[in-house]
Amino acid sequence: MIRVAGTIGRWTLDLLAAGARVSVLIVDTVTWLVVAPLKGKGLRVRSTVEHFVEFGVRSMPIVGMICFLIGVIIALQSSYTLDKWGANRYIATLVAASAIRELAPLMTAILVAGRSGSAITAEIGTMKVGEEIDALEVMGLNPIKFLVVPKFLAMVLAVPCITVIAMFIMIFGGWVAGVLIVGVDSAIYIEESIKAMAEKDLVTGLTKSFFFGIVICWVGIYRGFQVEGGAEGVGRRTTSSVVTSIFLIIIVDLVFTVLFYYL
Amino acid sequence: MSKAEETVIEVEDLVVKYGERTVLDGISFKVRRGEIFVILGGSGSGKTTLIRNLVGLMQPYSGRIQVKGEDFTAMSDDEQIDLRKKIGMCFQGAALFNSMTVGDNVALPLREHTKLEEPTIEIMTKIKLELVGLSGFEDYLPSELSGGMKKRAGIARAMAMDPELIFYDEPSAGLDPIVAAGIDVLIREMQQTFDLTSVVVTHEMESVKLIADTVCVLEEGRVVGIGSLDDLERSEHPYIQQFFARRPDTEPSGDSAYARSLTGLD
Repeated sequence: MIRVAGTIGRWTLDLLAAGARVSVLIVDTVTWLVVAPLKGKGLRVRSTVEHFVEFGVRSMPIVGMICFLIGVIIALQSSYTLDKWGANRYIATLVAASAIRELAPLMTAILVAGRSGSAITAEIGTMKVGEEIDALEVMGLNPIKFLVVPKFLAMVLAVPCITVIAMFIMIFGGWVAGVLIVGVDSAIYIEESIKAMAEKDLVTGLTKSFFFGIVICWVGIYRGFQVEGGAEGVGRRTTSSVVTSIFLIIIVDLVFTVLFYYL
Repeated sequence: MSKAEETVIEVEDLVVKYGERTVLDGISFKVRRGEIFVILGGSGSGKTTLIRNLVGLMQPYSGRIQVKGEDFTAMSDDEQIDLRKKIGMCFQGAALFNSMTVGDNVALPLREHTKLEEPTIEIMTKIKLELVGLSGFEDYLPSELSGGMKKRAGIARAMAMDPELIFYDEPSAGLDPIVAAGIDVLIREMQQTFDLTSVVVTHEMESVKLIADTVCVLEEGRVVGIGSLDDLERSEHPYIQQFFARRPDTEPSGDSAYARSLTGLD
């Protein structure tokens, strides 16, 4: 009994400590992102652009590929049911609505977490192990300003951007399957797709993807700074970075879906 | 106060703890301007912890550290940055930024802290690299350098802002004797050319003999001796004698005693 209480107590303390460390990270990031540039301490624009290219542009091929295939899959799967009622034209509606509201933001976030979230953790972790973070600090260069803010800014901008593209690729995938395989008339498909694209859905999807970007980046950075030991520590934290990211992405997705359900 | 007697670093009754464990216990010493001050100690004696406290990477549990008359713990962020511009540090593994070329590594503090034009920065980078014997290596990545060259590049980077004070953490660790001796000579040259106050953490007796003006011996978080090399060689303290004579901790006599020490059985 005492042991159970002890375990719960220890978990609670660990959780609170982690919460405290995360809030310090968040406060520091926001300070260096918003307050410091206003005081004329500058923002590392070039580094931000480089990271934007890395997180956004370079992940486009894989995100595009996966989203196209998922579009094809949803179209064929929905035709399975809709065909029975001769309602194949609503494949378009289904694909468009699920792509925009849910699947494009979610798939993009999961792929970026696996691709760039892990890279952030590995980079910061390796720098920590190699005393590079200490070196920055000794030189009077703040690691948050130098390493974290450019990544953060690039990530929260890149994820919504590629999400928009992913949405259209997914709808295109649906079109390919719906028109070429199922045999829906192309004009009808496009008409139904446009009808299904509500402004509110787009806002919902993009709001989510913005927060997914924040989650991926902060988890990646937080796990990176947690690295201790050597190469083994980097590996372990990189794995947990991806797992935590995906878990939190789903939680954030749920929260926003519930929120928008009532709005 | 004459120039030679001017104190650059003053440590008073420094205590550092990791959780419950006391790593440094009541350390006090002074570093005079322009000298090479060597902190000597075995593995686990707390010497790396000490240097991390001196440069403000760690906060002490209690005690006071004054660098150039200023206390790291009682400083605003901006003041800390200003002080750090006057301090250079070379890390044990050189800690070069692996994603940048050697030239960019050296130029980084200049680009971030000064408003110099790019051509000026390039020239200064060249000069610093030449200083450590690495001219022409600007465009190499750290991974393309040998261990000794990395150390030299680290020293060039530490020298980039023309510091008045430089810290070396285990400068000859992991290097062969010839390369290590080269680094020792470089440390001496830097100190003589720029009147640079240098603090060196090491466990290599050979380096100590070559570069030390003052030696401070640490044993398990305590200062057991401080003075010139001659003073310490005359010291009666068992740990200092053991360290200088390079004797192992226990000297098991005979095979059976050795077996006992390994197995713990009688």
